[in-house]
Amino acid sequence: MKPRKPHSLSRTWAFLLAAIIFYVPANLLPVMHTEWLTGSQDDTILSGVVYLWQSGSWPLALVVFVASISVPMVKIVSLAWLAASVQLGSAWRPRTRARLYRIVELIGRWSMLDIYVTAILVALVQAKALAKIDAGPGALAFAAVVVLTMLAAMSFDPRLIWDSQRRGTR
Amino acid sequence: MPAVWLVPLVAALLAGWMGVKAIVERGPSITIRFNSADGIEAGKTKLKYKDVQVGMVKSVSLSSDLKEVVATAELAKDFGPHLVEDTRFWVVRPRIAAGAVSGLETLLSGAYIGVGAGKSEQSRREFVGLDAPPVVAGDSPGTPLVLRSASAGSFDVGSPVYFRRLPAGQVTGTELDRDGVKVTVFINAPFDQHVNANTRFWQASGVDVKVDAGGLQVDTQSLVSILIGGLAFDTPPGTAPVAPAGAAAEFRLFANRQAALKNPEHDKLEFTMLFDESVRGLQPGAPVDFRGITVGEVDAVRMQLAAGGGDVLVAVQATIYPSRIQWQDALPGAGTAQRRRRLIDALVASGMRAQLRPASLLTHELYLALDFFPAKGAKVNWAASPPELPTQKATLVELQSAIGSLAAKLENLPLDEIGGDLRQTLQSASRLMGRIDAEVAPEVGPTLAQLRKTLAAADRLLASDSPLQTDTRQAMRELARAAQAFRVLADYLERHPEALLMGKKDEGDK
Repeated sequence: MKPRKPHSLSRTWAFLLAAIIFYVPANLLPVMHTEWLTGSQDDTILSGVVYLWQSGSWPLALVVFVASISVPMVKIVSLAWLAASVQLGSAWRPRTRARLYRIVELIGRWSMLDIYVTAILVALVQAKALAKIDAGPGALAFAAVVVLTMLAAMSFDPRLIWDSQRRGTR
Repeated sequence: MPAVWLVPLVAALLAGWMGVKAIVERGPSITIRFNSADGIEAGKTKLKYKDVQVGMVKSVSLSSDLKEVVATAELAKDFGPHLVEDTRFWVVRPRIAAGAVSGLETLLSGAYIGVGAGKSEQSRREFVGLDAPPVVAGDSPGTPLVLRSASAGSFDVGSPVYFRRLPAGQVTGTELDRDGVKVTVFINAPFDQHVNANTRFWQASGVDVKVDAGGLQVDTQSLVSILIGGLAFDTPPGTAPVAPAGAAAEFRLFANRQAALKNPEHDKLEFTMLFDESVRGLQPGAPVDFRGITVGEVDAVRMQLAAGGGDVLVAVQATIYPSRIQWQDALPGAGTAQRRRRLIDALVASGMRAQLRPASLLTHELYLALDFFPAKGAKVNWAASPPELPTQKATLVELQSAIGSLAAKLENLPLDEIGGDLRQTLQSASRLMGRIDAEVAPEVGPTLAQLRKTLAAADRLLASDSPLQTDTRQAMRELARAAQAFRVLADYLERHPEALLMGKKDEGDK
């Protein structure tokens, strides 16, 4: 038996809030700054997805969309809902909620995909005048979002879901 | 409160700071109207000033009447104060104009919007983009000037302006207004120091070829100006130094160098000369020549009724510039109008007249010559305005009249009578000949035969074995012997002079 995580709910809320705050610049600021012979370009996550979609690589666009936009969104919303449900003492379907929590915890790490790609590109493409890729401020914010959601998931104690049942049956 | 709440607090602070920074650093947003969005892309096209990026186009849209393209651009914050009334924007694309190719780097990097800084104080956020890059960058040192001409020559925006064959500036615009053609030029420093109120501008386009009373002249400024036209300027020598001209000073644009640099001599005398012969070939501008020195030029050629009617004279108005004559010694009292009049009167009294002469054998041009002729009696008519100078008929005209009078004289000769007399003489001569032939000729034959006989006889007489010859030879021999004997005697007498008296001694006595 593991001990309960102390202050689980407040910690979850804190991390979630921070993640939400950072979510805004993560999507607005450019994640990647590309320079090549004829010009330069800033790309946000969404513009990257759009570019991939328009240039015909639909699977890639889908992957990036799922990993970088859907997953964090899903995580934040789910965690927020879970935390809210526990805060309000709701007794709705605890098993489903617990399952949801498991899913959220599992998929969390996949949203780091975009960061991995950016890091690899930055490390590889450094041909100075010919082509250069740098990470933009959006990458930092996005990494922060992912880390904070992971921390939020980690600090949420799923046993809290079942607490309401116990209370209900008492 | 668990310390974990610091995390969102820090996050909020960070996000807030980033947001505030982004808003504060955001530069002004402007709209530029172009005729077409050729090369302009939202989010990609940059605005560059002196090749430094100062902004980026954020969006491109059409104006409501579909006539213009409106580009919204965001500029860097520190460029804000420079967005003033006369800031200019244009699209830099590969372009060939005025003999130069520009903007080639945009083939690779894509078109960008060039910015030209303005000097005005009034800030502005809505601009109209130029169609072509301005000829002169906004902050080049130099002076813009305005030239006025009746018509535009073969030059265009971007054509060079030369000063002593050095490129000193460029034509920045030509436009038509009510006074003619207005040409704006920009003269770069340091050449603008040479432009002052006395400077003359002229068209130096192409090749100037002129055939006139002075001969054939070909003049050109440079190869570039032959191709794309050009202007030139210079200050006529001998003018007093004046302060350089300020911006937007106006000048007149002359058609060629000669017209521009003609000295506007202030010291001039105007005269009228009346001719009653044809002045075909005399053009306004033809030189007035005094014994080879050009002292003036013809202004106008007009008709005038002769005093009393009945004849129409040609009045040639000419201007003479006394300053063009350089005297060896200073003229006595040349200066005041009175003394000058007296000088001219004296010259005319000793035969100075105006005459039309052909300028060259090739062209039919005439020029006005002042010279001294053995003509007497005419006077300058100072009463007329301008004064009338007496004239002399042209040499050709005189020749014509002389021939005419000769022809008249020939006509007066009694040629018929002379002919008749001549015929008579010939007839008598032929009669004489006939007589000679008839009477004298037959005598000649026998006379000649006789002569031959005589000659043959003389020949026999003088032959080497003729008796005459032999006799003569013998006589000579005898004479020689006698002479020799006499010589012996003389010798003896010399030795024995007493022999003359006593006779010859016998040798036996000795």
